[in-house]
Amino acid sequence: MKFLPLLWAGLWRKRTRTIFTLLSIVVAFVLFGMLQGVNAVFSNALNAAAVDRLNVVSRISFTESLPFSYLEQIESLPGVAAVAYQSWFGTYYQDPKNFVFSFPVDPVRFFPLYPELQLPKDELAALVRTRTGAVVGRELAKKYGWKIGDRVPLHSVIWTQANGSSDWQFDIVGIYDAPNDPNQAISFFFNHSYFDEARSFSKGTVGWYVVKVKDPAQAMQVAAAIDRRFANSPDETKSQSEKEFTQAFIKQQADISFIVSSILGAVFFTLLFLTGNTMMQSVRERVPELAVLKTLGFTDLAVVVLVLCEALVLCLAGALIGLAIAAGIFPALKRVIGEASLPWSILGLGSAVAVLLALVTGLPPAWRTTRLNIVDALADR
Amino acid sequence: MNMLRQIRAVTWMNLRSIPQRFGSSSVIVVGIAGVVAVLISVLAMATGFTHTVLATGRDDRAIVLRGGSDSELASTLSREATLTIIDAPGIRKDAAGKAIASAEPVVIVEMPKKSNDSGANVTIRGVGAEGVALRPEIRLVAGRMFRRGVRELIVGHGAEAQFKGLDVGSHIALRGSDWTIVGAFESNGDSHESELFADAETVLSAYRRNLYQSVVALLDSKDSFDAFKAALTSNPQLSVAVLRERDYYAHQSQRMGTVLAFVAYFVGGIMAVGALFGALNTMYSAVSVRSREIATLRAIGFGASAVVLSVLIEAILLSVTGALIGAGLAWLFFNGNVVSTLGSNFTQVVFRLAVSPSLVVLGVLWACAIGLIGGLFPAIRAARLPVAMALRAL
Repeated sequence: MKFLPLLWAGLWRKRTRTIFTLLSIVVAFVLFGMLQGVNAVFSNALNAAAVDRLNVVSRISFTESLPFSYLEQIESLPGVAAVAYQSWFGTYYQDPKNFVFSFPVDPVRFFPLYPELQLPKDELAALVRTRTGAVVGRELAKKYGWKIGDRVPLHSVIWTQANGSSDWQFDIVGIYDAPNDPNQAISFFFNHSYFDEARSFSKGTVGWYVVKVKDPAQAMQVAAAIDRRFANSPDETKSQSEKEFTQAFIKQQADISFIVSSILGAVFFTLLFLTGNTMMQSVRERVPELAVLKTLGFTDLAVVVLVLCEALVLCLAGALIGLAIAAGIFPALKRVIGEASLPWSILGLGSAVAVLLALVTGLPPAWRTTRLNIVDALADR
Repeated sequence: MNMLRQIRAVTWMNLRSIPQRFGSSSVIVVGIAGVVAVLISVLAMATGFTHTVLATGRDDRAIVLRGGSDSELASTLSREATLTIIDAPGIRKDAAGKAIASAEPVVIVEMPKKSNDSGANVTIRGVGAEGVALRPEIRLVAGRMFRRGVRELIVGHGAEAQFKGLDVGSHIALRGSDWTIVGAFESNGDSHESELFADAETVLSAYRRNLYQSVVALLDSKDSFDAFKAALTSNPQLSVAVLRERDYYAHQSQRMGTVLAFVAYFVGGIMAVGALFGALNTMYSAVSVRSREIATLRAIGFGASAVVLSVLIEAILLSVTGALIGAGLAWLFFNGNVVSTLGSNFTQVVFRLAVSPSLVVLGVLWACAIGLIGGLFPAIRAARLPVAMALRAL
């Protein structure tokens, strides 16, 4: 403890240099926090995937629809607990920029399969009762100021009604919550019966089926059984666990984790170089002072620890400030990347990286001090 | 004149001393190389994607979708509608007097990517009899053309390279029917190279559909678009969106282009701030190490501005070196890399990363800006150095 002032004095020996070094570490950790946060959004989507649900899509591509008649056939297979279905409705509200993720579903089948979406019982009953009824996620309702009782028009970019119109009217009868992941509270669900009756083409089909299996351990066998059931038919299926499906979907966009790690690699290499250099320089300039310390009786180890601690303080302070800034920026980016926050695990990871950084950049110059010849060093030779 | 000579002398002296402070000078170089490498790589992705999608459109071609649809995937046109559209005025006629237009169904097939074996959506485009005459840019590079009425496909060069099982001669199953890939084509590197082409009617019958997604028409000239559009939109039997092909594809590339540009400038910007601090550090220490020399120069009559400029020039030269190294790295690792991502039709668009000269220039400009700001404050400090005091610091 008594060496704290010494440590402090060492750090502030060259004020500008320390501040600039600190700031570049801060910047690196802002990036680290942001990129890891974005990464976490994607892995959240994966972790949210339930283990006991399968997605059954057309083998040709998940954009192809499947016949409605598959419902009963899938239901009758052993190991299947319940079946629901959805379709992609592809809508926007008022302006093409306001994209709304909307899905026609059979509410009685759908909501029991998704316990993570919490919809009050009476609102579910109202949805079943109201042909043009719809329930919306809490976040979506907040975004457009919708409340129960509102009549909302959505424009579908895909589906036209029999009268040729692409505009569909809905009455909001309920609002659901997704307490575990607010990113799931942005969808818009309405009655498949209304959709199927009113649309002008592809009647009698659904987008995909969602199957709840009785035993998650048997999920793969059930998936294989479903695909076998429809093999060699015009509408072959591909059944995957929800996690596999999500993973494949993310991979279609890009390999996010690869891009994130490449950028971070570039950032940290640059940073390592920068901090390492500053530390070296700082030790080099202080050789006579360190020699004085040794003359006073400081052991080699004590000097090494002192130099290392300086690096440690600098890196940890930079990391914490940087991560705090990143955490502060996230709410501002909500429009671009959706609901994201800095998981606590990133804080731990960031600190670990900071310690590692301090060791890598601090050790070489610290090591040099052990080989210091006091007489030469005092004479600044 | 005298001033110029002074600047040259001081700068030259500074530059010659760089090897002695190699470590701290390399902070600028490496820092900026990192920024520019990241900036250019991500922008190379954006320009590669945009270029590929934009190249698909021509001014003298028009695409007709159902009104209210923003992409082919979302559009549906009945057979009667497509016939009416093909009859419209303004479409170029071939030697036999037939309109050069093609009503096209677009379907999607999932194929595994070669890179990660994960399934990805690939477009199969059914083209009419005039579908190839319509697109003179399409050239067969292997095999032969598909025959009409037969389950045969030709594969775009990009799709063939990016996905498994799309080589000439292979078979793919669509809706329980067996299709053969009989040829491969190039198309000036545009987004059709990410697609498979087949006969429109055969595709419709295999998928048991009777709806088309779009009509593409070659116009008499690019000026006849307005007449063509007016004829279609004023027809009460049709509800269609008529777009110049170039505008349609520009719109398609917009979203992805914006996202990538945002990532590039956001990440690059944050990194640039970090590199700026590094540059400030380096130049401050460069000035402080040389304070004695600078004071000596001032004492023997060199001007303050010569000192300022020499420090700035040094900072900028180091920055530009860094930028060139960064651009070189981006070019070495990424230029010409073939990647694919989901386009707005919900299918994969295969494109090449392009580290173009204009991106390199952009990188160098960023580097100059960082070097200028990073050098300015240390340069001012150098110029303000009290001569007598700095000399006494001996």
